[in-house]
Amino acid sequence: MKLIAAMSGGVDSAVAAARAVEAGHEVIGVHLALSSNPQKYRSGARGCCTIEDSHDARRAADVIGIPFYIWDMAEEFHDGVVENFLSEYSEGRTPNPCLRCNEKIKFAAVLDRAKGLGFDGVITGHYAQMRETEVGRMMFRAIDPTKDQSYVLAVLNTEQLAGAHFPLGDTIKDDIRIEAKRRGLYVANKPDSHDICFVPSGDNAGWLRDRLGSEVGSIVDEDGTKLGEHKGAYTYTIGQRRGLGINVPSAGGEPRYVLKIEPKTNTVVVGSHEALAVSKIVGDRPIWCGPKPTANTEFRGFAQVRAHGSPLACTYMQTETEIKVVLDEPLFGLAAGQGLVIYDGDRVVGSATVASTE
Amino acid sequence: MTIYLDHAATAPINEAAITALNTQMRKLGNASSIHNPGRSVRKDVEDARHKLSELIGANPSEIIFTGSGTEANNLAIKGFFWQHPDRNVIVTSAFEHHAILDPVEWLVEHEGAEQVLIPITKSGVIDLDFLAKVVATRGKEIAVISIMHSNNELGSIQPIAEIVKIAGDIPVHTDAVQSFGKVEFNFSKLEVTAATISAHKIGGPLGVAALVLKRGLDLTPVLHGGGQEREIRSGTLNAPSIVAFTAAAEYAIANMASNFAKIRELRDYFVVGLKNCVPDVSINSVADPALPGIVNATFPGTESDALLLLLDTEGISASAGSACSAGVPRPSHVLVALGLSESDADASLRISIGTTNTKSEIDQVLAVMPSVVERARNAFVVSELS
Repeated sequence: MKLIAAMSGGVDSAVAAARAVEAGHEVIGVHLALSSNPQKYRSGARGCCTIEDSHDARRAADVIGIPFYIWDMAEEFHDGVVENFLSEYSEGRTPNPCLRCNEKIKFAAVLDRAKGLGFDGVITGHYAQMRETEVGRMMFRAIDPTKDQSYVLAVLNTEQLAGAHFPLGDTIKDDIRIEAKRRGLYVANKPDSHDICFVPSGDNAGWLRDRLGSEVGSIVDEDGTKLGEHKGAYTYTIGQRRGLGINVPSAGGEPRYVLKIEPKTNTVVVGSHEALAVSKIVGDRPIWCGPKPTANTEFRGFAQVRAHGSPLACTYMQTETEIKVVLDEPLFGLAAGQGLVIYDGDRVVGSATVASTE
Repeated sequence: MTIYLDHAATAPINEAAITALNTQMRKLGNASSIHNPGRSVRKDVEDARHKLSELIGANPSEIIFTGSGTEANNLAIKGFFWQHPDRNVIVTSAFEHHAILDPVEWLVEHEGAEQVLIPITKSGVIDLDFLAKVVATRGKEIAVISIMHSNNELGSIQPIAEIVKIAGDIPVHTDAVQSFGKVEFNFSKLEVTAATISAHKIGGPLGVAALVLKRGLDLTPVLHGGGQEREIRSGTLNAPSIVAFTAAAEYAIANMASNFAKIRELRDYFVVGLKNCVPDVSINSVADPALPGIVNATFPGTESDALLLLLDTEGISASAGSACSAGVPRPSHVLVALGLSESDADASLRISIGTTNTKSEIDQVLAVMPSVVERARNAFVVSELS
């Protein structure tokens, strides 16, 4: 096959590209420039938007022996990911920009461009496994549970997944570093990227405050009694306990947690841990990574709501426009906007965006 | 198979230069040393300087060797600016190479300089009337006028003699990196104050160039040290590269007329063929006076990086605009200065033909062009939709 290897400048995508070459594919390395000003989104070598990262990616491509190009996806990234991140927060939801980037950039803009140019698909260094099964190509968790990234890939539909290749899913991260060293890839010891790549400081709340303002609003309890003030409701996360700055103790002395964020009134509602309990989740914008489950029929499976969260046993049902989940045991703290991913064992069934909870 | 159509970026080194380089690299000695080996290397350098000065119509002492064309341009821009503390205006054209524009911008940001950009007419030459007005109104403030001898993306040769007339006693520098060795370039006939020439564009080695600077003029140095090159450019003389530079220049100039004719014929053949196989192509590079081998073309509905990738996979090397430090492609400022929209500039390629190209290579390029353009258009349409 003719494949485009998306190379971030990190060790994973470098080894993924090298493996694809070894498997006999015709591979071209592409580094995505996600900021029109490469220093804008990230300084240092932690993320994926720096000059050093593009040089690292180029160097890896040279060592592997494949052509290398830089694709300017800054506008697409800004419009599709950064703007969306801001608008989601300003509406009181908690988005995951990595999910969005995979859905709108890596396996949309890049994959579409690759296909237009005559390539068959895109390789990335994500940790997940694609397997051919009797009912078609399906996505499974990576064998390394600490690195498994199937959660952030569950926004890809079957058409996108048909052009997606994840050569690292069968290997644990430590072995990838050893392999990188063996292959002469000097990014072998480069630290993993963390946080959100376009928030340079890692200070999510500060970054949001700079862009969405820091209008003072009320922190209230479930009855609406004002307990304190905050500087921007969107800097809070459902389930957050620390940093609320409330001086009025609760009646029973229990700690308080953020229960709700109301962007229209700029209000943060706090309450007891019990009040965070969620047993039912409704997600909209369903996406199926394999065969679509029969509508309006209950299935047993697992729900996961965070990139490195635990899978929670559940019963789920899809209604064409929604996925409805009933958890066996309640989870505590779930925000609208988070990704809801459904698994059948290790297989990724599909995903939706959390719309409401009970 | 590689079909190299990027001679304006760098040209293949010629045998004369390789031989000179090889011989000189075996010789021990620092040209600044007073002992015998030093004197011997000094003689080689001075012989080379002498010969090169004849080839360019200059006096030997007017040649200041540098490590690159970029360095020579920096030396000219910063040197003239610093030399005239009472004059803070630097005049350049809007389509200069970054090795001119960026030092000027640096001086604007850090040293209080003011930049005046002369616009470009539709025929790819600077607007002389505009320049005349600037000189008439602000002449006393201008430290240097720097206009390239020929444009690296369009090939158009600039009216340097007229510029010199307009400038009067204001120093005029010209970046002649693309012209030297390819078209007539005579330093003293042009009466410019300074000119930049470079070896690797004409079959010489990388890492050597020169600023030709009128005798008796002083320039504030950028590099300080051993005081070589009239105390204007310190640094141990790179004897092997200097000798090879002259060898390459001799070879290029001896064959200039026949090379020009050959390259021009290939260029015209390519342009006719291109218009046949991609009917909606528009040609930005201009008619004479121009460099022989530059074709700049816009392929509507494409992006240049896609075209370059596809040509590269076909073994064809071309170029487009320039890239930022991270390698992100940028629409060519030259084409924008010429009046193209950003999207048209972004859909343009530069093909620069050289002496090593053949008609059969041009045929092979023309054979793949329609499919390359079609695939680039497919990629563009999808990425616009997503």
